[in-house]
Amino acid sequence: MHLEVSQLHKQFQTRNGPIVALKDINLHIEEGEFVCAVGASGSGKSTLLRLIAGLETPTAGEVRVDGVRVTGPGADRGMVFQHYTLYPWMTVAKNVGFGLKLQGMPEKERRQRVSYYLDVVGLAQFAKALPKELSGGMKQRVAIARALASQPKILLMDEPFGALDVQTKETMQQFLLQVWERTHTSIFMITHDVEEAVFLSQRIYVLTSRPGTILREVVLDLPSQKDYHIKRQPKFQDYREEIMGLLRGESAEALVAG
Amino acid sequence: MSQSSEFLGNENVSNSPRMLSPTVFWRIAEDIPKKLSWTLIVLSIAIPIALWWLVSEYIATHYEVYAIFLPTPLRTLEALQRLWSEGILLTDIAYSMFRVFSGFFLAALISVPLGVLMGAFASWRSLLEPIIGIIRYMPAPAFIPLLILYFGLGEVPKILLIFIGTLFFNTLMIMDAVKFVPKELIETTYTLGGRRLQVLLQVILPYIYPSIIDAYRVNMASAWNLVIVAELVAATEGLGKRISIAQRFLRTDEIFAGLIVIGLIGLAIDLLFRLLLKLSCRWAT
Ligand SMILES: Nc1ncnc2c1ncn2[C@@H]1O[C@H](COP(=O)(O)OP(=O)(O)OP(=O)(O)O)[C@@H](O)[C@H]1O
Ligand SMILES: [Mg+2]
Repeated sequence: MHLEVSQLHKQFQTRNGPIVALKDINLHIEEGEFVCAVGASGSGKSTLLRLIAGLETPTAGEVRVDGVRVTGPGADRGMVFQHYTLYPWMTVAKNVGFGLKLQGMPEKERRQRVSYYLDVVGLAQFAKALPKELSGGMKQRVAIARALASQPKILLMDEPFGALDVQTKETMQQFLLQVWERTHTSIFMITHDVEEAVFLSQRIYVLTSRPGTILREVVLDLPSQKDYHIKRQPKFQDYREEIMGLLRGESAEALVAG
Repeated sequence: MSQSSEFLGNENVSNSPRMLSPTVFWRIAEDIPKKLSWTLIVLSIAIPIALWWLVSEYIATHYEVYAIFLPTPLRTLEALQRLWSEGILLTDIAYSMFRVFSGFFLAALISVPLGVLMGAFASWRSLLEPIIGIIRYMPAPAFIPLLILYFGLGEVPKILLIFIGTLFFNTLMIMDAVKFVPKELIETTYTLGGRRLQVLLQVILPYIYPSIIDAYRVNMASAWNLVIVAELVAATEGLGKRISIAQRFLRTDEIFAGLIVIGLIGLAIDLLFRLLLKLSCRWAT
């Protein structure tokens, strides 16, 4: 898998005139990589992800997955939103299998795939539960399992843990790393939590605001097998400070610019 | 703080913070105890009946000439029994129900695809919303003369009246329900490989199912109203017709009996829809 974003521009027409949400975005994600993008609110993070998913069309530039230009959404790019997007009338198992059903996978094969991914996210015993019976963290795990079940080339996540409390968030981060190691899926995740980005990813794109551009690419040199103890290591702290500094300078500039 | 209390000149106000006083009856947006709830439900029926009883008995004993205008509950019950044993009531009910269900069924059948199309596609909305917006402000009973001119006095004009009277509201309510389907749910479906038709049939339709049932429930009430109006104007049988015949012979007891039957059947249909909703949509509550 190779995702290539080149010269991407996105402009929205609003009542107060055009807004440039993204400008000159160039980035790439390689097979099996875990990459994060961080940026202040309004820096166009969600827009970037939606463009990659094919839910928006770029004003200029293009997104290519394995050399094929993205022209619309498809199951090769799985998506997990911040807000819970489970189908409320379907059980957990039905939710996880829904994408496969849409793609026309036979029932028997589907059931195997569903039980495998329910196992991956540790929700096998909740297969028959309805979404309203789950906690926020569990709902998000179902959403992840549902996206993974289609075995996408890349998993796109827009602040998936943004609505969770600190403890649940930590567990979910750990959990996501395990899933990533187990499935070797490429992941591109959006977050405004710098610590989360440093903890999870191998590479970080730092975005500026208005218009959203890539300020810096930070390659992290941390062990791939990690648990939350790593957050106390000086190296981890240094990365955190460096990126926080970039964002801070950025927001100070934005303040001056008005 | 202390200074402001001096200005207010009232120690009590500033020393004890103002708190909401406790209540059971007046709690906004909260449940009340089951027992109280049932008491109130019984009172809601019992008080009007008791009032009716008292007033009608009073008139019957003191102003006998006027008693004909307000039958007592007892006389109404007798009238009900008489109509029932003569088999008239059952025939009337059957006719009215047949008209309501035929007209409503047609409207229900068409309003779902129409409402979904209009809710999901701005193109269909632009095409249909203006004309529906105008037609729905034309009172359905105003169509009765035309329908009689076109289709005579048979079943067709009555069924069509119900159809016209419920189609547009049903469609607009379903359209609104579709607009409330979260955009992210639809987008998630696309990223799972869903096609547009699949989104319509397998995401939007199940999502709005409870709203469809509820729209049916609300519009069933107006269908039930319309059939009575249609029968008052032109019919040979039906509950509406029964009432208009009773009027001609000054049988107020039969009018009351007819009204009560109409109300009870309406209530029964309403409760049936609620039950259907409860049984089939446990995910929504
Ligand atoms: N559909 C739209 N129409 C008009 N403007 C939009 C639209 N979507 C996004 N924008 C604008 O584009 C800019 C970037 O929005 P975006 O949601 O991508 O930011 P974000 O980085 O995800 O922010 P947050 O951290 O708050 O989620 C914002 O200024 C926003 O107002
Ligand atoms: Mg966002």
